[in-house]
Amino acid sequence: MRGSSLVLALAAASGAALPALARSGDAPRAVSVAVAANLKPAFEEIAAEWKAKNHGVEVRATYGSSGNFFSQIANGAPFDLFLAADAEFPARVVEKGLAEGKAFTYAYGKLVVWVPKGSPLDFDRRGLAAVTDPTVKRIAIASPQLAPYGRAAQAALQAAGVYDAVKDRIVLGQTVSQAAQFVESGNAQIGFLPQSLASVPPLSDEGRSWLVPPSIYPRIEQAGVVLKGAKSATLARALAAFITGAAGRAALEKHGYALPPG
Amino acid sequence: MDLLALRLSFVLAGLTTAALLVIGLPIAHWLSTTRWRWKVLVEATVALPLVLPPTVLGFYLLVSFGPRSPLGRAFTAATGHTLAFSFEGLLLASILYSLPFAVQPFAAALARVDRRLVEAAHGLGASPLRTFFVVSLPLALPGIVAGAVLTFAHTLGEFGVVLMVGGNVPGSTRTLSISVFDAVEQLDYATAGRTSLVLLAVSFAVLVVTYTLQHRSLLA
Repeated sequence: MRGSSLVLALAAASGAALPALARSGDAPRAVSVAVAANLKPAFEEIAAEWKAKNHGVEVRATYGSSGNFFSQIANGAPFDLFLAADAEFPARVVEKGLAEGKAFTYAYGKLVVWVPKGSPLDFDRRGLAAVTDPTVKRIAIASPQLAPYGRAAQAALQAAGVYDAVKDRIVLGQTVSQAAQFVESGNAQIGFLPQSLASVPPLSDEGRSWLVPPSIYPRIEQAGVVLKGAKSATLARALAAFITGAAGRAALEKHGYALPPG
Repeated sequence: MDLLALRLSFVLAGLTTAALLVIGLPIAHWLSTTRWRWKVLVEATVALPLVLPPTVLGFYLLVSFGPRSPLGRAFTAATGHTLAFSFEGLLLASILYSLPFAVQPFAAALARVDRRLVEAAHGLGASPLRTFFVVSLPLALPGIVAGAVLTFAHTLGEFGVVLMVGGNVPGSTRTLSISVFDAVEQLDYATAGRTSLVLLAVSFAVLVVTYTLQHRSLLA
């Protein structure tokens, strides 16, 4: 804490002493983004591409659960852009008057079941009924209250008629990443994860995933919103446009998302 | 107010305290009497959980609870379920996490016991074990109770480690602190407020008891 405030003070002092070096007025050169954990692999790629196109404007991404971000934003967290895992949290941001403009849908998420290599479970043959197998001691999902993929996992288990049989075996991660970590470390035998996380290393190397039929869970519409009080609203809007534009769509599709009509 | 979490936290804190009385007293007794030159290594090990972030402890536990570690495999073979996300796993984590909060006050209290009384008991033919229970323990009792109370309170307030290895299972790993965290994240400030108030009151009472005992042991 003390170290970082010292650094800030030094940065402020050097900034004041060297006004001649300041570039193109005092437009902010960084944009802070709250990013749903499922989006991490795709967003890293998109941010790098965008940074290259914008002469090194920094993208400061924080990854976490949409619910957590919503409560932070409601309490004044200084983010410029919020990319949620559902449409409900951005809608509530708009409702609370904390948004700059309307929410925009950027992708539809797909839910998969991920099991480590060597798992005997045969989802292709048994479908979701395979989760009731006695070798399954723990099933990792993200918290349904905080993470839309957790809600989708719960809905899928209910629709498949196996929820009551396995509900005592469910463990909750705060985010999809924590759910992934529970199953990747071997402490759980099955994880319900976004395809975006399961299709990249390390998960893609260490196990296999099975696409949960989209018909048995509510569509995971992922939306974003530019936040009021953004220190760099122009940059945030530009980044949002980039994500919903051709380059962003290509990256999102590559990472296992379905796309809204373009 | 999450009554299930309240009950769980108190049971966890109670069992952790009981376990640390059994494990901590011998360690503390040994620390307060040994002249071994490498004693500092044991002291440093015991104090580690004071310094390490709970995330580090949580990370090590998550890995050692899993099937890639002998401990994780042995536990699963014996009980049929995994150590992570279970009450037993949480208890083990709490014992490690609260170790210094028990051992340090225990050792300090035992070190203050007048050596001459202990030697007199030996001289009169009492065995070391009998001397410990009849002479040292009663004289060090206020410090030992203070250590036990601190252990209880510290376990009640445990958060980071539980978050990392608990898995938020109602009734077995969703403790009070996790329940407050969940309520705040869901913007349910009323529930968070009620649960927090209980923790605040209990913590204050515990500290009053601890300081009362400490003053008494210093006066004695």
